[in-house]
Amino acid sequence: MWLVEARMVFGRARVRALLVVLAAVPVFLALAVYLTGGPSHAGGPAFLDQATQNGVFTALASLAVTMPFFIPLSVAVVAGDSVAGEASLGTLRYLLVRPTGRGRLLLAKAVVVALFCIAAALVVVVAGVIAGLAFFPHGKVVTLSGTTIPFLDGFGRSLLAALVVGASMFGLAAIGIFVSTFTDAPIVAMAMTVGAVIVSAILDGVSQVAFMHPWLFTNYWLAFADLAREPIIWRSIWKDLLLQAAYVAFFGSAAWARMTSRDVLA
Amino acid sequence: MPAHEFAIETHGLAKFFGGLRAVDGVDLAVPAGSTYGFLGPNGSGKTTTIRVLLGLISPSAGKWQLLGHRMPEEAMAALSNVGALVEGPAFYPWLTGEENLVRIDAMGRDGQRSTRGARIADALARVGLGPAAGRKYKAYSLGMRQRLGLASALLRPRRLLVLDEPTNGMDPQGTREIRHLIRQLGSEGTTVFLSSHLLSEIEQVCTHAGVMHRGKLLAQGTIAELRATSSPRLRVEVDDPGRAGQVLGRLGMSHLERSGDNLTGALDGLRPEDCCRALVEAGVAVRMLLPERPSLEDAFVALTGEGFDVAR
Repeated sequence: MWLVEARMVFGRARVRALLVVLAAVPVFLALAVYLTGGPSHAGGPAFLDQATQNGVFTALASLAVTMPFFIPLSVAVVAGDSVAGEASLGTLRYLLVRPTGRGRLLLAKAVVVALFCIAAALVVVVAGVIAGLAFFPHGKVVTLSGTTIPFLDGFGRSLLAALVVGASMFGLAAIGIFVSTFTDAPIVAMAMTVGAVIVSAILDGVSQVAFMHPWLFTNYWLAFADLAREPIIWRSIWKDLLLQAAYVAFFGSAAWARMTSRDVLA
Repeated sequence: MPAHEFAIETHGLAKFFGGLRAVDGVDLAVPAGSTYGFLGPNGSGKTTTIRVLLGLISPSAGKWQLLGHRMPEEAMAALSNVGALVEGPAFYPWLTGEENLVRIDAMGRDGQRSTRGARIADALARVGLGPAAGRKYKAYSLGMRQRLGLASALLRPRRLLVLDEPTNGMDPQGTREIRHLIRQLGSEGTTVFLSSHLLSEIEQVCTHAGVMHRGKLLAQGTIAELRATSSPRLRVEVDDPGRAGQVLGRLGMSHLERSGDNLTGALDGLRPEDCCRALVEAGVAVRMLLPERPSLEDAFVALTGEGFDVAR
């Protein structure tokens, strides 16, 4: 059932287009930095300065660029569509009558959305590493702490960063699936999920509500950067994963309660 | 054969939406093996009842069983033996007809993979959709979509088929084919619960029927029993309808209606031959005399006291 659902989601033209766009970001980024002859000193996203030094940093810079908006947007599209999409087509009633247990169906949807989160981050990293290797030197990687690590170690860390970024999306994915169980219009669920990201990001930038910051699901989204230090600083990464787990538990059970009790009228 | 007597059995089933009593105390008894016509005008609560039966919405009151399984507790066991078409077909537009059937079959636990290809081909052939199996669903006409919905309901052997307006949107030839298919399924022993707003459809296909009106089940039974709820009428064509009316009225005939030289009235236990003799003895020239068997429509009008229009 999970496989069938995964094939269905990843087979959709919309989802493939999202992944292609995500893969295009690192390529454009690398190309732009290469053509302009190096990083601008006027700032810019994290890691951009290091991108010319090593291909691995192109991948990390791409993650930093896509993290605030592109990746969450694509996760919101897939998560928001998960249940509401079936409801709007009317296929939800046929899946339930098939019969597919309501809880089982929700679980399958959630697993596939989680897979998509990881896939989205992996696509960015893999495309970033390839683009980086094409334009910039490879070999030893100089970490943010100034030490050097072998290239393979650096590559491994960028894959690990993809997993961390993917997992950082789980909280948002849970919110998206939860909203998706409430409406028969997928576009509404997607918009509300994107709205959740925006609200969380805005609150995260307002110092007057600093007490809330540790509880915002966007707060530790850039924690993956600590993977580029030597030694790796795990503190905020663990905090991030713990927070995501809390969001998944809360919105996951709410979605479960809604899904197993709702009247399916669509 | 199943040990239980009824494929569908409900007791006081009700569903209210706010103040709207969409389904109001329905006691269905659908005998196993019957082809049961669930009859009622649009908006009479048929589809809502079906949604409750299949566990898609929870009832406001009442209890029900499907194939002897208590619902909704034993829904998984019951629904494995139920094929359903609820409120029109619904599939993924970007997949072909065949891919859609693969998806729905694979999403359940009992869709055996080894037989899937053969079952799908068989179901598509049964509904006459074989040649269009590889076309995208979005390119299907309404009739073809309806057929795909039926194919989906027939993917596995079922003991109960719940079909909500299955001939909706079909051309006359398609309608005939589907009715033939339903009769065939019925004769194979499958219980068919067929909802329709078409009296003629129910009359042609079904052995039993239940009449829904404004959320209530007014009557149910075999088609013959339902017909009997309105009394047979006598139609005569005579030279002097006025005089004929007096004669028949004296005999005890009620509900006399005259149109031109035609006169009809409820027989109310009178024998047509006695009416004929009385007319002739009174000097009325009888050109035609015809006892009319009540149709399901007459029964419906007798039950509801009104015509067959959209309810409310």
